[in-house]
Amino acid sequence: MATNANNGNQEFIRHIFFVLVENRSGVLARVAGLFSARGYNIESLSVAETENPQVSRMTIVVPGDRNIMSQVRKQLSKLVDTLEVHDFSVEDRDIVDREMILVKVSADDGTKRTQILQIANVYRAKIVNLSEQSMIVEATGNQGKIHALLQCLEPYGILEVARSGRVAMARGISEKT
Amino acid sequence: MTGKPQDKTEPAAPPAISNEPRATLGAQIVIDALEQEGTEVAFGFPGGAIIDVFDMLNRSEKIRFVLVRHEQGAMHMAEGYARSTGKVGVVLVTSGPGATNTVTGLADAYMDSIPLVVISGQVATPLIGNDAFQEADVVGITRPVTKHNYLVKNVRELPQILRNAFHIARTGRPGPVVVDIPKDIQKATLEHGVYPDEPLLPGYHVRTSAPIEKVKQAWDLIKRSKRPLIYAGGGVINADAADELFQFATRANIPVTTTLMGLGAFPETHPLSLLMLGMHGTVYANKAVQTCDVLIAIGSRFDDRVTGKISEFAPNAKIIHADIDPSSISKNVEVDVDLVGDAKNILRDLNKLADRCDTDEWVELITQWKNQYPLRYNHCGDEEIKPQYLIEQVCRLAPDDAIIASEVGQHQMWTAQYYTFTRPRCWLTSGGLGTMGYGFPAAIGAQVAHPGRLVIDIAGDGSIQMNIQEMATAVYNNLPVKVVIVNNGWLGMVRQWQDLFYQKNYSATELVRPRPAKDPSSYGSWEGQDYRPNFAELARAYGAWGKRVTKRSELEPALKEAFSNDQLCLIDVWVTREENVYPMVPAGASLNQMLEGMA
Repeated sequence: MATNANNGNQEFIRHIFFVLVENRSGVLARVAGLFSARGYNIESLSVAETENPQVSRMTIVVPGDRNIMSQVRKQLSKLVDTLEVHDFSVEDRDIVDREMILVKVSADDGTKRTQILQIANVYRAKIVNLSEQSMIVEATGNQGKIHALLQCLEPYGILEVARSGRVAMARGISEKT
Repeated sequence: MTGKPQDKTEPAAPPAISNEPRATLGAQIVIDALEQEGTEVAFGFPGGAIIDVFDMLNRSEKIRFVLVRHEQGAMHMAEGYARSTGKVGVVLVTSGPGATNTVTGLADAYMDSIPLVVISGQVATPLIGNDAFQEADVVGITRPVTKHNYLVKNVRELPQILRNAFHIARTGRPGPVVVDIPKDIQKATLEHGVYPDEPLLPGYHVRTSAPIEKVKQAWDLIKRSKRPLIYAGGGVINADAADELFQFATRANIPVTTTLMGLGAFPETHPLSLLMLGMHGTVYANKAVQTCDVLIAIGSRFDDRVTGKISEFAPNAKIIHADIDPSSISKNVEVDVDLVGDAKNILRDLNKLADRCDTDEWVELITQWKNQYPLRYNHCGDEEIKPQYLIEQVCRLAPDDAIIASEVGQHQMWTAQYYTFTRPRCWLTSGGLGTMGYGFPAAIGAQVAHPGRLVIDIAGDGSIQMNIQEMATAVYNNLPVKVVIVNNGWLGMVRQWQDLFYQKNYSATELVRPRPAKDPSSYGSWEGQDYRPNFAELARAYGAWGKRVTKRSELEPALKEAFSNDQLCLIDVWVTREENVYPMVPAGASLNQMLEGMA
């Protein structure tokens, strides 16, 4: 029975796309244009060279419904510069995902510094800069850990946050799906 | 910044063109590539940033160049050339405005899947990003309207990029590709340059055939159905699969309706033809869609002008969708069986399985609908010319192999309805983008490819004025295109919507001298009107043959004279002013809700 592909399946989900693309100028603009032209959102995007300098790897976190995920997958595959597209639900246990974060926290007395240092230890985070007024905490982890760390640091006064965006990889030998 | 000319180097001495594969100028590589790709004709317009390529172009003995009067004209000519031949259309333009003038044509070709390679000059590499004279970010501007595009950064890449560009344009779902070549690259010399035999595109894959299990699954579904319907689109024509479609439909006894782009994919003279479906489709085609139990879409993409309200489209049908573009599948309508591949191969595979289906009752029912709801219009007055009548007369007097182009609007829909298309690649129209000004240059492009055939542009009086400057191109290149203007003095399709949905508030749609808005009774009459420009006189000013026809008795002699004439001819036919296109499904309504108009 004919059903509108844009109705139904409107449950909100979130996918992580790994995209291997040719490492040349303009490719990022093509990928970004694919989203903006259709009004789709990007929650985070990270891009860097892979083990092969001619290939870049993009990790894109996309919120939306099933039809959006299906169109994103097809449209990414359609780009001439795209070599491989893989996507997973963010809840999928077959992938490992990590994000790095730098947090500048207000720390203007010794007690606060000690407490922040303890919090950092619990989260296996590092203090990478110390000034009279503030500290910079560096942490790596999945979304849950990053979120919890930020909550713990919140009461001290977060001055600045820089996040790398998520990078992810499938477990096991190959991520081919 | 001073106003220095961007290029101070002396023109290079004419290089000795030899067959040795070394020390070739970038500009020469471009011409060699066009020749290697079998380009016989290129359309375009020169300028400072592409002058080096033009310096080599007129030394080529294989490439005919058609100099246009506006780059948009070149684009639609290349589209008409490509659509009528199946070959890649080639356009050469300069940087900045030359390139930006191609954007509408690129968007048009992208929507309608027309293979083009557009080569644009660009300012020299060191000037890129400096707001240089006639600089524009062409790869940036054209990215959303091309299948792919390239900015050439080194002359060493040039041969492979050109090879890739032609491959991408013509394979898979065809489309336009832009290659932007900076002036210093055109002037650079490449040692040991050889044109590659193969494209180098590790990420580009085209699925040519659908998996055979899927084809079987599709056939099983069709075989078990009682009311199957084929909905064929432009993909059948692009794949040169009209013969295979004919074989399939007639062998299995399944009725066929076509999209606007698919007209000619199945002969409209055949009893199984339901003509066009959708917003201005026939009542019986749309009834068939709403009644069928299996809908077989081939090379079509469930455009909103075809489906109407999508949640009520084909409510009883399982959907089989054959398309070469995987991203078309389940984009608008959920598909039950997807066949990703070339339409010709898929139909060949289906034909291996196909035998006669149990569809006699269904075909009989459709035949009743055909008799009950034919396309129809009323004559009024002895000498008044109804636009539908005009199209019928053009169809009657034109030979079977005539190529028909149209602009965009009411005349386009009347042509789609009342011209009987029997062959593929004989119909050139702007389907997806709806580009006014498409038809006349497209007809010129088709005439370049088919010098012996009758090529007719059926135009509206609004649309024709959007690329009328190309009359000079047609005259100087001895291209005897026939332009038939369906002149009602309106931007008729917009007026029709104003008439039906905006309480006859004819805001900015009348092209003759506007009357006082307080006197609506004077609308819809030619009385006292004198159309400007006088198209017939304008044609004569360009050195063409022109005639104005205002009476029905003058029509046939004028058409006959034009069709037998060997020069560019323009006939300005004054038709009933306030005629609407019916049937019509209002935008966003279900296909069940057709306005049938006058009985």
